[in-house]
Amino acid sequence: MGMTMTQKILAAHAGLDSVEAGQLISAKLDIVLGNDITTPVAVNEFKKAGFSEVFDKDRIAIVLDHFVPNKDIKAAEQSKTCREFACSHCVSHFYDVGKMGIEHALLPEQGVVTAGDCIIGADSHTCTYGALGAFSTGVGSTDMAAGMATGTAWFKVPSAIKFNLTGKLPCNCSGKDVILTIIGMIGVDGALYKSMEFAGDGVKNLSMDDRLCICNMAIEAGAKNGIFPVDEKTEEYMRGRSKRTPVKYEADADAVYEKTIDIDLSAIVPTVACPHLPENTRPAAQLADIKVDQVVIGSCTNGRMEDMEAAYNILKGKHIADGIRCIIIPGTMQILRECVERGYYTAFIDAGAVVSTPTCGPCLGGYMGILAAGERCIATTNRNFVGRMGHVDSEVYLASPQTAAASALTGFITEYKEG
Amino acid sequence: MNTQGRVFKYPDNVDTDVIIPARYLNTPDAKELALHCMEDIDTEFVKNVRPGDVMVAGWNFGCGSSREHAPLVIKTCGTGCVIAKSFARIFYRNAINIGLPILECPEAADEIGANDEVNVDFDTGVITDITTGKTYKSQPFPPFIQNIIKAGGLLKSLKNGEQNG
Repeated sequence: MGMTMTQKILAAHAGLDSVEAGQLISAKLDIVLGNDITTPVAVNEFKKAGFSEVFDKDRIAIVLDHFVPNKDIKAAEQSKTCREFACSHCVSHFYDVGKMGIEHALLPEQGVVTAGDCIIGADSHTCTYGALGAFSTGVGSTDMAAGMATGTAWFKVPSAIKFNLTGKLPCNCSGKDVILTIIGMIGVDGALYKSMEFAGDGVKNLSMDDRLCICNMAIEAGAKNGIFPVDEKTEEYMRGRSKRTPVKYEADADAVYEKTIDIDLSAIVPTVACPHLPENTRPAAQLADIKVDQVVIGSCTNGRMEDMEAAYNILKGKHIADGIRCIIIPGTMQILRECVERGYYTAFIDAGAVVSTPTCGPCLGGYMGILAAGERCIATTNRNFVGRMGHVDSEVYLASPQTAAASALTGFITEYKEG
Repeated sequence: MNTQGRVFKYPDNVDTDVIIPARYLNTPDAKELALHCMEDIDTEFVKNVRPGDVMVAGWNFGCGSSREHAPLVIKTCGTGCVIAKSFARIFYRNAINIGLPILECPEAADEIGANDEVNVDFDTGVITDITTGKTYKSQPFPPFIQNIIKAGGLLKSLKNGEQNG
C-alpha cells in the first residue's frame, strides 16, 4: 500500500520500510524546539527525571520569543531558566534578544529546519515547517524534555486529507486567505489527528511565505501536521540557507488519503475569521460594518517579509484612521533590518503605526497590544479564542496582512482592492 | 484506579487559552497557575472544584496551544478525570504524558449532566453516572499508552526503559 509524504518521512525516521495509519512508532528527531514559555517546564521535567545530558546539542533549538524583551520579572525569570539551560548544555541554536525572532519565522529563515526533517516543538505552530517538506508537529513540554534527552519521540502514524490546489490566487489574497477558507470549510477539528497534505498544480503558484502561513495554521484545523511537496521554489529557498542537507520525499502515486478536497486558488476571496473560533469565516466584503479599535500585523503566521511588504504597499503615503492603533511586528531581526533598509519603517511611522522588535506579544495576550473590555482587533495572528488578546469581552478577527492594513486605513473591516 | 466526584460540564472546542489564559504564563508554577483554571469561561470552577471531580465536555477539548500548563492546571486543581467526545491531539498527548486521566466517550459526554455524581473506573473504562444510574463504556487506550500511564507519565516510563515504540 502506498504511503503519504508524511508517512514516508516517519517510516524513514523510524527505520522502517513502510508504516500505515494508526501504527505506533518511535522516530528519530532532527530538531527539538522550545520557547520561553514551554522550555522552563521542559527543563524542570528534564531535571526531575534525572537526565543530565542532551542527546545532541546541535539538534536542539531554544528561542526566546513569547514575552521578550522580558515583559515583567516573572518572564525574565523564565528567560533566565532557558538561557542557563542552553548555556550549560552548549545548545547551538539558542536565540536570545538581539538575534531572536518569532520561532516559526526564524528557524526556516536560519536554515535550522530543512526538507525531510522529523521535528517536534513545544509550540503548537511547529507545524509551520511542513512548508519545507518536513514532518513537523507541536507537542508539550514533557515531550520536549524526552526529545532532548533521547532524540526520539513516539507517534501514532496519521492518516491524511489531500488538498488538491489548482489555479492562482487573486492579487488581493495570500496564503492566509487560503488556510482560513480551508478551516472555514472543514472546521477546527476537521483534520483532527490527521496530516493535511497540499498538492496539485496550484502549489507552484504559492510563494514560500504563503506555504509557511498555510502550514502554520494546520493546527487550527486540529491537524497533526501540514506538508507541501518540495519543488523548485523550496529548493531555491533552502539553497545557501539549510545547515543540513535537505532530503526530498514524495507521496507514493498510490498513497491512500481519507479524502481529497479540491481548492481552486483563483476562487479564493479575502477571508476573515470572526470571534471566537478560526472556523467562523466570512468574506471580508461582508463585514464592512464591523468597526475595529486595533490592527495587529505580525506573528508566526504573518510576520514574514511578504507580509511586511503587503502592509507597506497599502499604508505608504496614507494615514491610518483616527482612533485606530496599528501595531506592526516583523517576525525576525533579519526581516526587521530589511524593513528598515527598504524604508518600510519610515512609511509605517508616517502612516501612524507603531513598530516593534520581533515578539509573539499580543497574539497570545502577552503584551504589546492587549485589548480592554469591549475592544475589537483585526489581526494577522492565528487564534481568536475568548480572551486570546486580552479582556474576555474583547474580540479578535483573523485576516491577511492586506485585509488588516486596508482595515487600518478605514477603521472598519475592509476588503483590499488594488489601486 | 478510579475517581468519583461531581461533574463540571463544558461545551465543544474548549481551548487551552480558556483553560489557562496566556497572560498568566509568565510562571511555570502549577499551583499558582491553577488559581486561574477555566476562569475566562467559568469563574466558579476554581472555587467549587473538589478532589476527584470530573470535567465532561464536547468535541475537540483542549484545542489550540501546546501549553502543557493546560492539563497540568486541571490536574493540580484536583480534577480526577476529563471525559470528552474527543480531544485535540496535543492536549491528548500532554494529558497522558503528565498523568491526567482522560477518556473519550461521546455518549457519556452527551448524557451526563452538570453536578451529577460520577464514578470512573480507569482499568475497565466504565463510567457510572450515580445520579441517573446509567453506565457507559469508553474506548480503552492502546497498550503502549497504558504503559506510559501506569509508569506515571512519559519520563518515568522512559526511565523505566519501557519505551520501545
